[in-house]
Amino acid sequence: MEYIDLNSVKKRMDKRIFLNKLVKVLFLGSTLFGLVVLAILLYRVAVDSMGWLSMDFLTNLLSTSADRAGIRGAIMGTLWLMLIVGPVTMILGVGTAIYLEEYAKRGKLHSFIQTNIANLAGVPSIVFGILGLTIFVRMFGFGASVIAGGLTMSLLVLPIVVVAAQEAIRSVPGYLREASFGMGATKWQTIKNVVLPTAIPGILTGVILALSRAIGETAPLVVIGIPALLIPVPTGITDNFTALPMQIYYWTLDSVMTAEYANLAAATIVVLLVVLFLLNSVAILIRNKFQKRF
Amino acid sequence: MIHRNKQSVSSTTLIEKVVPILLFAAAFISVLTTIGIVFTLIFETVLFFREVPVREFFTGTVLRPLSPVEPQYSILPLIMGTMLTTIIAMFVAIPIGLTTAVYLSEYASKSARKILKPMIEVLAGIPTIVYGFFAFTFVTPVLREIIPGLSATNALSPGIVMGIMIIPLVASLSEDAMNSVPNSMREGAMALGATQLEVTFRVVIPAAISGIIASFVLGISRAIGETMIVTIASGSSKNFTFDVTQSMQTMTAYIVEVTSGDAAAGTTIYYSLYAVAMTLFLFTLTMNLLARYISKRFREVY
Repeated sequence: MEYIDLNSVKKRMDKRIFLNKLVKVLFLGSTLFGLVVLAILLYRVAVDSMGWLSMDFLTNLLSTSADRAGIRGAIMGTLWLMLIVGPVTMILGVGTAIYLEEYAKRGKLHSFIQTNIANLAGVPSIVFGILGLTIFVRMFGFGASVIAGGLTMSLLVLPIVVVAAQEAIRSVPGYLREASFGMGATKWQTIKNVVLPTAIPGILTGVILALSRAIGETAPLVVIGIPALLIPVPTGITDNFTALPMQIYYWTLDSVMTAEYANLAAATIVVLLVVLFLLNSVAILIRNKFQKRF
Repeated sequence: MIHRNKQSVSSTTLIEKVVPILLFAAAFISVLTTIGIVFTLIFETVLFFREVPVREFFTGTVLRPLSPVEPQYSILPLIMGTMLTTIIAMFVAIPIGLTTAVYLSEYASKSARKILKPMIEVLAGIPTIVYGFFAFTFVTPVLREIIPGLSATNALSPGIVMGIMIIPLVASLSEDAMNSVPNSMREGAMALGATQLEVTFRVVIPAAISGIIASFVLGISRAIGETMIVTIASGSSKNFTFDVTQSMQTMTAYIVEVTSGDAAAGTTIYYSLYAVAMTLFLFTLTMNLLARYISKRFREVY
């Protein structure tokens, strides 16, 4: 008596196994899709910028003629921006992280601040632009200056630094603190001399990632009114400035009228991507070099 | 000696008292930021609604703030633009992100995963302005070859590119969710004779569903708030239409247009900026809270 039809079982099995293999290939293809697009994007940018990326391009000032236009102003503006964002996020971010991890009692206030930081991380960057426009540009009267842009950007990337610093501080093992306390050190002395030095690679990684986010962000700068006119290179934090992404933005829009502007935008993108790549490599290097397991 | 010691002890105790206060002040900056955002948006939005009736804003279909004769303020065309680009983006990001997550967590070998994962995450690190350039100078022209009626600025091309930008977000969050499904469950299913595909769709995905849906919701939130890609590639026509081949404006692009147009403070168009920003803020906040709620509320504990 045959209760099981072996033939139909085999057919079903083959079908299931075939389907599994097919899906595997399909899913691999879909995984590669993103990478293919990435490759096309990089290829396009490289081709468009070919012949336009030169030393002159990096050192020339903006010009109305595409052949002579350069991005010195945008590079300097981005550097000035970093000069604000770096220290401000480092101080505020690490301060917040130390407070939350070492001082705050685990209670309502702690979880309120923590939730607040998590929510801020999800607020669209353009809303930070509106905040910067209202508070820094108009209320404080900073105008579209380096300080206004820098502070706006700092608030935007602050959550990145806080979360990274918190993780770094949390991973400092308790026995190091206890040893320090055992030697008679006070709480702040322990934090300053033991916890922070041990946590510094993690903190630095966070700060660098925050900087690289700030370098690429455009929306807040557009909203606070950063110009792409022929403005002088900034010499102080109250000067007007422009930045690399702003330059890309205006040149992309202008490429409708003057085709060469697309090349200028592409060349600026290459510069921007190289800077981001370098920053991220440094972050990875720091993480790998100082990764300690206690 | 004792005197000096006393001095240093007293300065130490002072530091011990001051430092926590300073650190709390630093932590409070983030709270102040939130308060700052909410209050600026609320104040100016209230002023806006003194001039424009709430009903017109939410139910009208015409937005022409610059019209000298009879300016009309309705947010619906902007919500329409935002919705369409977001839907297109999610049509790209959800299937590709989810299948990427399945491949990485269920099929890929350890070494393949080690190479593929960081490469996909590069996509998330590319500035949105670069995506905007890509959408405008490459994707739109290519699409215009395929779709003859496609306008030079449209919702389709920025939507697709935005979806590509969001792939890594959906993929890595979904993958995290799938990775937290214990192996014993997979092995149990395999022991019953299930193929990997069946394990994935009948065991792993149902078990990880809360994390996966949360990743979709976060992706939607990101698409709603994305600015540069849509500003560059979707145009500025305030059309109330479903036609994705035509130029249309999103909430974020409207904010950019108004702020770069030097709207004088105190004018209705200036206040409309805040009303739109408030709507945008509420949309994304709701999405983010929803994602948190879903992943917390429905988290399976093993």
